[in-house]
Amino acid sequence: MTALLHVDNISKRFGGFVALDGIEIEVAPGERLGLIGPNGSGKSTLVNCICGTLQNETGTVRFEGQALDGLAAHQRTRRGLARSFQLPRPFHSVTLADNLRIPLLYTVRAREGMLHAHSDLEARCHELLDTVGLLPKAGRMPRDLTQVEMRKLELARAMAAEPKLLIADESMAGLSHSEIDDILALLVRLNERGVTIILIEHIMSAVMSFSQRLAVLVSGRKIADGPPKDVVRDPEVVRAYLGQ
Amino acid sequence: MDISWDLLLNAIVAGLLLGGFYAAVTAGISISFGMLDIVNIAHPAFVILGSYIAYYVNINLGIDPILVSIIVLPAFYALGALVYQVYYMSFERRGQESLRGLAFFFGLLFVTEVSLILVFGVDYRYVEAAYIGPSLHLAGLELPLRMLVPCLVALATFGALELFVTRTFLGRAIMAVSQDQLALQLMAADPIRIKRIAFGISIAVASIAGALLIIIQPVEPSVGRDYIGRVFAICVLGGLGSLPGALIAAFLLGVVESLTSTFYGPSWAPAVSFGFLLLTLAFRPAGLMGR
Amino acid sequence: MNTATFSIITAAVGLAVMALFHWLSVDYAYFAGYTILQFIVLATAWNILGGYCGYVNFGTAAFFAIGAYSSVFWYKFHPLPIPLLIVLGAVVSGIVGLGTGYLTLRLRGAFFSIATLAMAVVFQTLVVNWDFVGGSRGAYIIHPENFELAGLEVHYIEYLFALMLLLAVIALATARTIERSRLGYGFATIRDDELAAEACGVPTLRLKLIATTLSGAFMGMAGAPFPYYIGYLQPQSAFALDYAVNSIAMPMIGGTTTWVGPLVGSILLGSAQQYATVTISSAVNLLIVGLMLVAFVIIAPNGLIGLVKESLRARRRS
Repeated sequence: MTALLHVDNISKRFGGFVALDGIEIEVAPGERLGLIGPNGSGKSTLVNCICGTLQNETGTVRFEGQALDGLAAHQRTRRGLARSFQLPRPFHSVTLADNLRIPLLYTVRAREGMLHAHSDLEARCHELLDTVGLLPKAGRMPRDLTQVEMRKLELARAMAAEPKLLIADESMAGLSHSEIDDILALLVRLNERGVTIILIEHIMSAVMSFSQRLAVLVSGRKIADGPPKDVVRDPEVVRAYLGQ
Repeated sequence: MDISWDLLLNAIVAGLLLGGFYAAVTAGISISFGMLDIVNIAHPAFVILGSYIAYYVNINLGIDPILVSIIVLPAFYALGALVYQVYYMSFERRGQESLRGLAFFFGLLFVTEVSLILVFGVDYRYVEAAYIGPSLHLAGLELPLRMLVPCLVALATFGALELFVTRTFLGRAIMAVSQDQLALQLMAADPIRIKRIAFGISIAVASIAGALLIIIQPVEPSVGRDYIGRVFAICVLGGLGSLPGALIAAFLLGVVESLTSTFYGPSWAPAVSFGFLLLTLAFRPAGLMGR
Repeated sequence: MNTATFSIITAAVGLAVMALFHWLSVDYAYFAGYTILQFIVLATAWNILGGYCGYVNFGTAAFFAIGAYSSVFWYKFHPLPIPLLIVLGAVVSGIVGLGTGYLTLRLRGAFFSIATLAMAVVFQTLVVNWDFVGGSRGAYIIHPENFELAGLEVHYIEYLFALMLLLAVIALATARTIERSRLGYGFATIRDDELAAEACGVPTLRLKLIATTLSGAFMGMAGAPFPYYIGYLQPQSAFALDYAVNSIAMPMIGGTTTWVGPLVGSILLGSAQQYATVTISSAVNLLIVGLMLVAFVIIAPNGLIGLVKESLRARRRS
């Protein structure tokens, strides 16, 4: 089976600093991949390169077999790649419901070429807010949210784009145990509907229970890639990340 | 066109002298825009303010204009610190520097220009000094002292700034704040205070540039507008935050302007710098020596 | 209220204003009113790029002057009816807007703003050196004393006033339609967070180019009748800095997030300036505009409309 996403020898430098050094990862359709590593190891940079927010210097990102070189971020999103930002970036001047309306208007609609009725969009926004438990605050502004609620909004907004591949970048930071379970259940449901998911997290219990495969990034290099149980016993992984 | 080599050489030399002066005017922007990321388009207004203060004291007390500008340095520094404080409290802190910060500085530019019109009128003003008038004749070249002296003072100021930024702790803290504010905070230096000092310095330098300006040419309130394009063109072309880059770019712009003025006429001169700016922005925004 | 209803209401208001002025029959009222209507168009146009998208354009005067000089250009060839000149002015200014945007919008907002300043000076220099349209000496535009159409005869200024009123209605209706449309949402995301907007599928560059083109086109439309209004066009008057300041101050004082802001700002500030120019002096008047801009930007960043909204929200909570 051909991979849904193929990250082929990606490198990225910032001046003299090498953020990514020849990263090679494949994600199969419908897979649940966990991505872990210490802070500053390049996880978010990798996401940025995959999604087009940053340009990689070498290598290619292939999605559904097609190279994404030269495509702007919005074009990649329209092809089915969606991500949440590690530090939430909501649209400050519009309500929560409207925050979700944007990907509906600009990604989903652009794909389907259909004109949804105004009320359809409204209902869909509310439905999405409900799945992350933010429906009561639908008419509020992002500045009225707590940090945790902003992360949920961030995730909901990525989901609103109806992606084929969703990259969730530290969406669970600061959540309580039950909230983590809720988000995990949500992601599993999404996965069962066919959405491939890359989960980037520091919360090991969540990563272990969710991932079918685990990859580890340290200092811009991938040092492990395999079944979670094997990866966490890998001595290099223990030394570089888990043992801390 | 029969190019007279004499004319060409003199135009180039005049351009270099002019370029040295442009570097002094741009030094302030190199700090505020290049290092602090503050789009202070009102900078030329502060330069013109310096010109008028130099003019006023020179006419009434007969003190040399450059000396006046050095005397008022502390006042300009304080003004700069005050402006930064208002800018920080109103915009930077709230993360609204793009739209409102720009409008703020534009308003300042405008208010300064109109205030000067109201106080001094729109007539051109001159200063009197011993070196305005005579020229140095060197190896067939004509070096008017009214251009040579400002160029030398400008280069000295520029050199002093470069030393300050690279050799002193405060100077290096300013470079640091432009690159990584968080790291600076972890070093227990207050980034806001550092920025305020830096901005104050950028305005203080404007005072000197203003005195030099009114030595080189007569000044009236709207002259500042011509310089907005020049200083940003030089800053961008030289690479944001690079003082040596700005110097090279300043010389380059000075020479091109001088050549255009000599061979095509002075009415085309303003378009040169702005045209440079547009081309740089379109094709090489990182500048010659950009970070 | 959909666009059609809004347009009908605004057109009705416009007709009422027209009737009132016609009944007053004071030429000065037409001249002053024309200036204010012109500012409504300029402020609304500026706000499409500035308020909605967050990109500050300092070169309003350039786009305005392009419209004005396009009219002068055609006048020298063969005089055309003003409505056609307006369309031509819009096209030229729109193309220039598109070009400027294409060169600079891939960079940060600050660079775009500086580039607009640069553009204004470059165009002024080009015009000053272009003798066909009069250069620095200026150009005279002779218009008939009266305007005749289908038996109706009015003073020429009344005709110009009516045209500018129509432009104002169109500008306001366009701004309002954009605000409530998909395009308006896209603009808001560009203002709030361009990176996140791209990640949500918003084609930010394309939308920014649409905004600059529309904005430039409306400014050119406002400028096209200007030579006929003023009779003698010099680069100093076409490229005057007070167009730049006013087109920024009026939306920022009125409020940048809706179409109402520029309207309110233009009427208030425009009327105040007419009064001040006549009673005090035009320099003091500009000083006041500048000071108000600085004050409002610091104290009331969302303008008068923002203040009204705040007090309504506070009252609703208590």
